[in-house]
Amino acid sequence: MIERIDAIIIGAGHNGLVCGTYLARAGLKVLFLEARDAIGGMTSESTIEEGYYSPGLAHTAHPLCPKIRKDLSLDKFGYSPGAAIETIALDGDGMHLRIGPSSVSGAGLDVQDVNAYAEFKKEFLGYARALRPLFENRPPRLKNMDFADKSTLAKLGWNIRMGLGRESMYEFLRVAAINIYDVLEEVFDDKRLKGALAADAVFGHHMGPRSPGTVLTWLTRLYGELNGPMSIVCGGQSQPGNALLQAAEAAGASFRTGTKVKRILVEKGKAFGVELEGDELVKANMIVSNADPRSTFLDLVGAADLDARFKQRVSQIRGAGDVAKLHLALSGVPEFSGLSESDISNRLLIAPTAKYVEHAFNDAKYAKCSAKPILEITIPSLHNDALAPAGHHVMSINIMYVPYDMTGNGHEQKAAFAYGVISQIGRFSPNLKSLVVNHEFLTPRDIESRYHVRQGHWHHGEMTIHQSFMMRPLYGAAQYNSPIDGLFLCGAGTHPGGGLTGLPGRNAAKRILAMGSGS
Amino acid sequence: MTVTQEHFRQAMQHTPFHARLAALSQTEEWTSWNGYMAPRVLDKLSTEYFAVRSSCSVMDMSPMEKYRITGADAYQFLDRLVIRDLSALKPGRVTYLAWCNDEGKLIDDGTLFQFGENDYRLCSQHHQLDWLMTSSMGFDVNIEVETHRVAALAVQGPTSYSVLTEAGIDGLDELRPFGTLDLNCRGIPVMVSRTGYTGDLGYELWVSPDNALELWDALFAVKTRYDVHAIGLSTLEMVRIEAGFVMPGFDFNTAESTVRANYDRSPYEVGLGWLVNIDKGPFTGRKALLAEKRRPTRRQLSKIIVDGNKPVGEAFIFDRKNGKVVGEIKCATWSPILKANIALADIEYTRGKLPKNLWARIDYQRELKWRSTWAKCKTTDKPFYSPENRSATPPKRF
Repeated sequence: MIERIDAIIIGAGHNGLVCGTYLARAGLKVLFLEARDAIGGMTSESTIEEGYYSPGLAHTAHPLCPKIRKDLSLDKFGYSPGAAIETIALDGDGMHLRIGPSSVSGAGLDVQDVNAYAEFKKEFLGYARALRPLFENRPPRLKNMDFADKSTLAKLGWNIRMGLGRESMYEFLRVAAINIYDVLEEVFDDKRLKGALAADAVFGHHMGPRSPGTVLTWLTRLYGELNGPMSIVCGGQSQPGNALLQAAEAAGASFRTGTKVKRILVEKGKAFGVELEGDELVKANMIVSNADPRSTFLDLVGAADLDARFKQRVSQIRGAGDVAKLHLALSGVPEFSGLSESDISNRLLIAPTAKYVEHAFNDAKYAKCSAKPILEITIPSLHNDALAPAGHHVMSINIMYVPYDMTGNGHEQKAAFAYGVISQIGRFSPNLKSLVVNHEFLTPRDIESRYHVRQGHWHHGEMTIHQSFMMRPLYGAAQYNSPIDGLFLCGAGTHPGGGLTGLPGRNAAKRILAMGSGS
Repeated sequence: MTVTQEHFRQAMQHTPFHARLAALSQTEEWTSWNGYMAPRVLDKLSTEYFAVRSSCSVMDMSPMEKYRITGADAYQFLDRLVIRDLSALKPGRVTYLAWCNDEGKLIDDGTLFQFGENDYRLCSQHHQLDWLMTSSMGFDVNIEVETHRVAALAVQGPTSYSVLTEAGIDGLDELRPFGTLDLNCRGIPVMVSRTGYTGDLGYELWVSPDNALELWDALFAVKTRYDVHAIGLSTLEMVRIEAGFVMPGFDFNTAESTVRANYDRSPYEVGLGWLVNIDKGPFTGRKALLAEKRRPTRRQLSKIIVDGNKPVGEAFIFDRKNGKVVGEIKCATWSPILKANIALADIEYTRGKLPKNLWARIDYQRELKWRSTWAKCKTTDKPFYSPENRSATPPKRF
């Protein structure tokens, strides 16, 4: 007998897991179909070589949204966000800055900048807090609004006007759509600080600090801070994928890994199942895709079942990945001049000035890898010694910008580029080169094929203003709906976008349940 | 390779028949049709009109947009594009159809000719290349603009069959409405389709631009025996209203050029609901049209006959004299053959129903002085004019 399935979730990444668990807890029979062998998507571990593991593509994270932790009892299933870390902005002259959630310290830092930083963070966290109703609910429609839409807008309006107060509201409205570079120039003098903050605002986006909309991307990042401090994703039971897997199973959801969906089956405008690779059909009342919108519509649904303009809009979603990942297996602890071993368990950042960040982006505009890239370095094995043999370590480095459309993705080019990155870090850590046992280098193209994400984009699509809120992923498919009845989206490509918040999954589940199971 | 673009030197292009039209033009009333110079009237409107209705008219329709659509997915692509079921279309046949945007609003209408397996010609009122390219994404299909490569003449009127036969085109006896045949006219290869935009017996001739003038001359050589008149767009406007045919972009705003909300129209709203086949499989606009079909009718482009002999022109329609505006005239003409004021009017329905009474307020001039009068309107479902002989095969010989 074929089991009745209410909802198929395509892709068991964290948003899929969140969405499916909510649905399963509401009594739906949920089946997860995951193309990879691992659960957890970009947060799942990967092997550099036998004995050396990297915790995943996402190596630093803010905690999942507390509402999700509570609703799904994730702490009971072993979820814990990990120890709080800070950012150390590396300086060529050894005058490193230590940047925390509300304070900054370092040699040669003016007290005015120290105070300005505290003020700045307070102000901008306030803006992020004002946007909370928008992030934590489905984005309101502006036409044919229902009660939930009006309520979200009303809360948003209230937060911006009354929560922020008059002065802050004016300031918020002034900066919300402009670029982070101008804002940082207004507020700070210290180049190192501006460099680090500029990098944070654009990390994972095809934008430089002077690109419009980079205050918004910075605010999305700050929204994460409201959920708790940044920590290193270091694998094991505590990471979100594992806890969510257990929560989903406890709620009665079932899983099939190593099972790639080839096609979403549509008849008379309604999705009724999926075809797997190997031609097996699985039917369900609804399909919830955690895959990115372009893969979902263009590859899984296909041109024949999409209206012309919608198809065109999907194909024009901006979302070419810009971040490469370098994993190093190391035979010992790398030494960084001027930093202790406990210092290097933090997040190390090479982005010396805002101009440096902008110049790094300039190369990417013309399909070239940054000659001087921005590097975000973590050593997760300092937090979890199971990731490497005793006394050995793994280093995980995000490199920006390595554009998706870079010319060539050949082995030699990649090796040369990886060598360049190791040399760049080597200027701060003279013994690093001698410690490297092996390396793994993932360009956006490699990320695309490994994680099944179109163009290897972290956020499944750029988080520009025109691809945000009620326009995310695109006009015609907002509010987690799609033009195909019974097909929903729940991934980072939907509102409020990428990052490890779990909110797209939660909002999608709420939306689906409110619609009456979508059937 | 250098491509020299010279087209900008000439504001309007000449069609392959231009030399003959220019020689015939007494009024020099030209207008632009898709960037080509086209006559409104060549000689006298009434002569041209009666050529269509009583004898034989020839109209240069070369500016009509023409697209050759080929490739392995040509059928699937077209079936996905249009609202009509194409499964019955065969090589050598033509069908009238329309296409919508995602919101189920009309982009354009046209005719589709099938020449062979996955080999089609789509003719449309407006430029469609952008929409065709947009729609073609994901289909193995080749779209070529052939507007400039194919010259075309509409030969329409009760004696058109006799005129073409006299001009040397043999084999028309068996050509049924919406059929095509590859024939020749005194050695000139001509594709003939039994199609038209006049509601009368008529044919369309498709020929290489190189042979255009020769074909024209062959047709007009029959003038010794038959009355043949070249006509312009003003006549076409009169006869197409009589036939009850809609003209996208004139009777309603086409969807992809509409800015204001609800200023575009769905097929149901302009009387083309009969083209829509919801069950044929997916096509652009299906979801929106299905939803609309389930709602009460909001408005309808209706055929109306207006009392009296005052030309109705542009006017509002009211539910009673000095009452509420319930619609507006989109196109109108005095029909000489029916002796009636006829029009297509966009009328708002009340709770899914046509208002009981319709009145047009006609503003007109007497020696440049404006006057106003009220005229009662009644709607009709049938074409205003539809001669019996138009569909006979073979047609009546004169």
